[in-house]
Amino acid sequence: MADESKAPQSPESSQPEVTGSSPAQSAAGASPSSPAKTAAPAPLQVPLNNELSGRYRERFGAVILDAIEDRKQSILIVDAAQLLEIACYSRDEEKFDLLEDYTAVDWPRREKRFDLVAQLYSFTHNTRLRLKIPLGFDEQPDTIVPIWPAANWLEREIFDLFGIAFRGHPNLKRILLPDEWQGHPLRKDYDILQQDTAWVRENLGIESGQ
Amino acid sequence: MGPGKSRYRERPVGVKILADTVHENAALKTGTLFGADELVINMGPQHPSTHGVLRVKLKLDGERVVGSECVIGYLHRGVEKIAENRTYQQFAPYVDRMDYVAAVSNGLGYCEAVEKLLVVEAPPRARVIRTILTELQRIASHLLWLGTHALDIGALTPLFYCMREREEILKIFEKYCGARLTTHAFRIGGLQYEAYDNLEKDVERFCKDFEGRIQEYSDLLTGNSIWIGRTRNVGLLNSADCIALGASGPVLRASGVKWDLRKAMPYAAYDQYKFEIPVGTRGDTYDRYMVRIEEMRQSRLICLQAIENIPAGPIMARVGKVLKPPVGEVYHAIESPKGILGYYILSDGSTQPYRIRIRPPSFINLQALDKMIRGHLVTDVVAIIGTLDIVLGEVDR
Repeated sequence: MADESKAPQSPESSQPEVTGSSPAQSAAGASPSSPAKTAAPAPLQVPLNNELSGRYRERFGAVILDAIEDRKQSILIVDAAQLLEIACYSRDEEKFDLLEDYTAVDWPRREKRFDLVAQLYSFTHNTRLRLKIPLGFDEQPDTIVPIWPAANWLEREIFDLFGIAFRGHPNLKRILLPDEWQGHPLRKDYDILQQDTAWVRENLGIESGQ
Repeated sequence: MGPGKSRYRERPVGVKILADTVHENAALKTGTLFGADELVINMGPQHPSTHGVLRVKLKLDGERVVGSECVIGYLHRGVEKIAENRTYQQFAPYVDRMDYVAAVSNGLGYCEAVEKLLVVEAPPRARVIRTILTELQRIASHLLWLGTHALDIGALTPLFYCMREREEILKIFEKYCGARLTTHAFRIGGLQYEAYDNLEKDVERFCKDFEGRIQEYSDLLTGNSIWIGRTRNVGLLNSADCIALGASGPVLRASGVKWDLRKAMPYAAYDQYKFEIPVGTRGDTYDRYMVRIEEMRQSRLICLQAIENIPAGPIMARVGKVLKPPVGEVYHAIESPKGILGYYILSDGSTQPYRIRIRPPSFINLQALDKMIRGHLVTDVVAIIGTLDIVLGEVDR
């Protein structure tokens, strides 16, 4: 399970190679000129091995698919099947009481097409944690509204723009786009010029909104 | 007059009792007339008090709100989709158009997020100038809020005073970067423009004048019994609800949580300055008003401290003309005038971001509206929408 989902995490796995191949840009902050230093800087992504990830791993085992630190920010990649348990544990035991943000990312070429991304913040410890939940196409994750009510509109937005349906959501309908709109614009296969022309013609009385 | 005891607050209660009696009598006589039917009315999207194109479906029992639903999206432009089709620098002006009354704050958050992604730091001089402009922007945003909020509730005068002060700030912006509203004041890596010659003097003059001016607004509103009657105990939101609903910024602080990202996770040059985090106790509309007034005073103090010592040196870090951040992701949030403004940026190593997610404070604060207006009168809904300080450009993106 762990290997399966780690492979498609293309940005993380291919990281050292890419950093090396674009020295001019990546080293812009550290050292603009000397080529010797481009090899030296510490990699931006390293495995996360702190107490926090240890506690999660101990509690959930293989459900924690991976733990990464990217630019000193902690990321846990977790299995969607136990999302609710992990969310509940995060809030109650680890005191991540604020769901700062909840969004999704589309990886059309990956086996598990979507990532749900939750930014958690703990007032008690003044720390952030990012949960990433890989999802297959048409897979329905559990809603986390019972844990963090803030997720209500955020999940509706994800549903609206990515087409991910949340199981058990109290009011799952579009929020930014019109209810009858066809398509989910933040998917990568939705072109920037694309729109629901039928809806535009019918409701706005014009041929195109462009 | 003691808070919560004004005649104004008591009158609606009396009306309610009368209405109930009428209901009962009518129901007794006919069984249908004035029944307990609920009425659904639309407020907006073209309603002056919704500060833009917000539509609220109100479910009413008489004058009292028993439920509501926000309909948003009228201003949706797909900012996050646009971001995926622009380079990092090209996208920077777009963020100004989200919260267009606090464009400088939006720009600061975006530039710092991309800098984090690039693993670059803006030089100290740039950071201090950024701080000054961002704090001025906070004052300007709060002033616009105060003026329009008071206007919604029926106090016409503060609007004109607030606009006068805001104009001074916009003039400083105009002198600095040529734009007043959508400023695009900062660049990724620092600043494009060096501070003009008399920036410190202009800011100092503004701050000197402003001290007395805030007092003027306070004199107009703080002890005003109509103002207290319209805002005390209206739109209550306790700290637990705030956190559960993700509400941030002055809304969170007014409910008693002493938390500000400028202190909790300092960015720009905030770690160098002394300032207080104002907090409220009840979490009502009056507390949110007091918190924002005090925040303006604190912002003024930050500006005064910052202009005293603007370090010399370069204003741009060494970033390439073509930005290709290394593969990876970053989340960076700042305390915008409205609350936590976060940017989650994912780079695939190319010149265009793979994904940019903007955590809009207005959008998430607006979620609390339903909880806050239940049980209140329709007139209070106007006050509560105002107190949330939403900007629809940011809600809809």
